[in-house]
Amino acid sequence: MLVKQISVFVQNEPGRLSFITRLMGENQIDIRSISISDTVDFGILRLIVNDPEKCEQVLKQNGFTVSITNVIAVGIADEPGSLAKVFSLADENGVNIEYVYAFISHTTQDACIIMRVNNGEQAIKIFLENGVKVLSAEEVYHF
Amino acid sequence: MFWQKDAETMPRAEIRALQLKKLQHTVNWCYDRVPYYRQIMEKSGVTPDQIRTLDDIRRLPFTTKADLRDNYPFGLFAVPKKEVVEIHASSGTTGKPIVGGYTRHDLDTWSDCVARLAVAAGATQDDISQIAFGYGLFTGAFGLHYALEKIGSMVVPISSGNSEKQIMLMKDFGTTLLVATPSYAVYLSELAKDMGVTGELKLRLGLFGSEVCTTEMRNQIEKNIGILVTDNYGLTELGGPGVSGECQYRDGLHINEDHFLAEIIDPDTGEILPEGETGELVITPLSKEAFPIFRYRTKDIAKITYEPCKCGRTFARMNKVIGRTDDMLIIKGVNVFPSQIESVLIQSPHIGPHYQLILRKKNYMDHLEVKVELIDSSLLDQYGALEKVANEIRADLRTVLGLDCKVTLVEPRSIERSTGKAKRIVDLRNLPNA
Repeated sequence: MLVKQISVFVQNEPGRLSFITRLMGENQIDIRSISISDTVDFGILRLIVNDPEKCEQVLKQNGFTVSITNVIAVGIADEPGSLAKVFSLADENGVNIEYVYAFISHTTQDACIIMRVNNGEQAIKIFLENGVKVLSAEEVYHF
Repeated sequence: MFWQKDAETMPRAEIRALQLKKLQHTVNWCYDRVPYYRQIMEKSGVTPDQIRTLDDIRRLPFTTKADLRDNYPFGLFAVPKKEVVEIHASSGTTGKPIVGGYTRHDLDTWSDCVARLAVAAGATQDDISQIAFGYGLFTGAFGLHYALEKIGSMVVPISSGNSEKQIMLMKDFGTTLLVATPSYAVYLSELAKDMGVTGELKLRLGLFGSEVCTTEMRNQIEKNIGILVTDNYGLTELGGPGVSGECQYRDGLHINEDHFLAEIIDPDTGEILPEGETGELVITPLSKEAFPIFRYRTKDIAKITYEPCKCGRTFARMNKVIGRTDDMLIIKGVNVFPSQIESVLIQSPHIGPHYQLILRKKNYMDHLEVKVELIDSSLLDQYGALEKVANEIRADLRTVLGLDCKVTLVEPRSIERSTGKAKRIVDLRNLPNA
């Protein structure tokens, strides 16, 4: 149930994001969600795309340091309190969330929460046992 | 003002006669006592008795930093260790320093040489001398300390750093003479201005060394705290400061010619160049007991004039060092070779082989940034892992260079590739706000 996420090392310099997203466009790679956080000098760009393998290959060919990481995606109602429920479950069961970002489905209006946790399998088990909808890769790409 | 007027104003013919006598003695001293020197002289087919005129110095082979390193630590000492009373050392390219030893007589000559340039710059026994060079293995602090003590000034051995306290003591003690690297002096002068105490300082003279003092730095210090700034020159390999220094006219650095024989050579051919031409400075110390050396290639680019100076000294003057024949950088007074940095970077599996060094001045202090290309994609999960890599490299560089720097991770292939060395070093120190 884990979803593949692309992580790219990006220098904190004008034009880098535009260059990467243009590469995605030219190679028909659809970005479902994107997150970037930065320090003074560099950032790690995280992408959920429709074709992670191709995306990794394209970026590598263009000289980027790229890795594929497994993350968890859950679908929740876009309403107050629903995200709190997910995080409380994680907290109560000792699952540590390292980073998180989200996007809204264009079909169901649900929110897709992407998270990287310290123990993916354990988190998925807990979410499933407690009725949280864990999304497969296929579901995320077509969310 | 002179420290040893007879020597410092000796007629040129007498200087040359004395230099020849002492050169012959030094060559014999090396040949008889240091197997390495005998060996390289034999290889060059020269014996001590062939040095009949000063011009015969061209028969002698050169000594280089690599030769000193190969004989680390005491291989070139010419006296038994029990006669060596002090050791100093410089930073080395692979962590091994260049080690210099001093007999009691060497220390005496050394302090006289430094005392001469301190007095030439205007130091007297009434001065209160604050020494803001780092004490330790480096020659600078002790060289100036011994000399200023010998002159009879009150020495304040505060060492470098702790800048607010430096200013406080300057004010409370009534310091009149400051010894520092020029960049640290600029920093202190800015700080004194910011603290609003410049009016309470009695500083009048600066003896600066261990890095080149640019005209801009000199003007800045003089503007901030109104002192006379003088420059002096020396190398650990030659015993430290005391090789040459500026007098109050500041028209070149007087070489202590009775203790040092200077040549200017073409760095490519090794041929001695005529007076007034610019080339590599080669120095033969003439009075060393413990650590003699002949024809040391300083790699510093300079020129020499033998015209007597307005101050009355007859010693030749070299201009400020205007460059290097190798890629050595001087950062915060520390000698740094790019090869040292390479030796550290090559050990990290997380980064590529290309790098770039960027030098900047902030608050008149040198700052080194080392850019390296991140190639290990397994580190992208957590920022912490990337920061750890950068911090580890920084710590290793600090150990090898003795200098803190900033390590910046950049994308693979983002550092410009070039066949020459120049592109690896970006020196922005002459550009403000770079």
